[in-house]
Amino acid sequence: MTDIEDRPAERTRARPVRDGMALGLAVGTSGIAFGAAAVGSGMSVAQACVLSLLAFTGASQFALAGAVATGGGLIGGAASAILLGSRNALYGLRLADLLPRRGARRLLAAHGVIDETTAVTLAQPDPAAARRGFLATFATIYVTWNLTTLLGALGAGRIGSPQSLGIDVIGPAAFLALIWPRLRAGRTERAVGLAGALIALAATPVLPPGMPVILAATAALAGAVLAPLPEAT
Amino acid sequence: MTGVWVAVLVTAAGCYALKLTGLVVPRGVLDNPRVRRFAELVPIALLAALVAVQTFGAGQSLSLDPARLAGLGAAVAALLLRAPFLVVIVVAAGTAAALRALGVA
Repeated sequence: MTDIEDRPAERTRARPVRDGMALGLAVGTSGIAFGAAAVGSGMSVAQACVLSLLAFTGASQFALAGAVATGGGLIGGAASAILLGSRNALYGLRLADLLPRRGARRLLAAHGVIDETTAVTLAQPDPAAARRGFLATFATIYVTWNLTTLLGALGAGRIGSPQSLGIDVIGPAAFLALIWPRLRAGRTERAVGLAGALIALAATPVLPPGMPVILAATAALAGAVLAPLPEAT
Repeated sequence: MTGVWVAVLVTAAGCYALKLTGLVVPRGVLDNPRVRRFAELVPIALLAALVAVQTFGAGQSLSLDPARLAGLGAAVAALLLRAPFLVVIVVAAGTAAALRALGVA
């Protein structure tokens, strides 16, 4: 995502569509990892697919699958999955002026407000290009993510136990990969990540599953209140 | 299984509601730099917590699974080598699977 933001803006009609489709295809195929992890954790193929169709935000979906895997803790699992989706609300604040303002089109556009569409949309030089970039990214990633979720879910059901395939490592590896660029961004980011991990581990023996992860949000609060703000961008 | 369906639908409804909220709330909420900073840091804290819990957690207890640790270590190595997302996942799962198949861990 960063290389798209760093790239100099080009005022061509095709550019936002091409960028959006490339990112959508690259990231959308990781639906195969989600489908495999979801079924490996004990969800049905239908549950994995409905989650991809209706929730359509990767980190939250992996979080719920993880809660199902640990057995029970579904309330905490759903709560932490929804809390993980809260960053999409903040993306929406930034995208509101660029997307349809009202009616059915706004309701549809809202479903596409995620990490990747935000990155492409905000990288465009003008509102028209931003709308084309958003639509291309949303459409590509939605189709790819849902098709590969189905493939991963069907595949996981047919080949061996989740443990023997290392599927229990997919969730943590995926989360680590998702926050990796942010951890490289600065010292506060790394401190917040480390503190969040330690808070969750410390709380695991004493809180119901799912809740330790929510408690880790206090690390972000501390980082936002106590640490110096980065240079304005 | 019914409980999982409820969790799936509640999660889907909650995630959609949050996406829509951002598009409909009044402007200016992000004008406060500390609020904006909190929004940036929340995913880092939560995802790091998930990495830790899913690596070391077993229900409400903590445990060390050597194959899982090795898989995560392989993911870190792949990330340091700037591997794409899907490669990181395959390397991590493949390492854990290989170690278990060999009976090493």
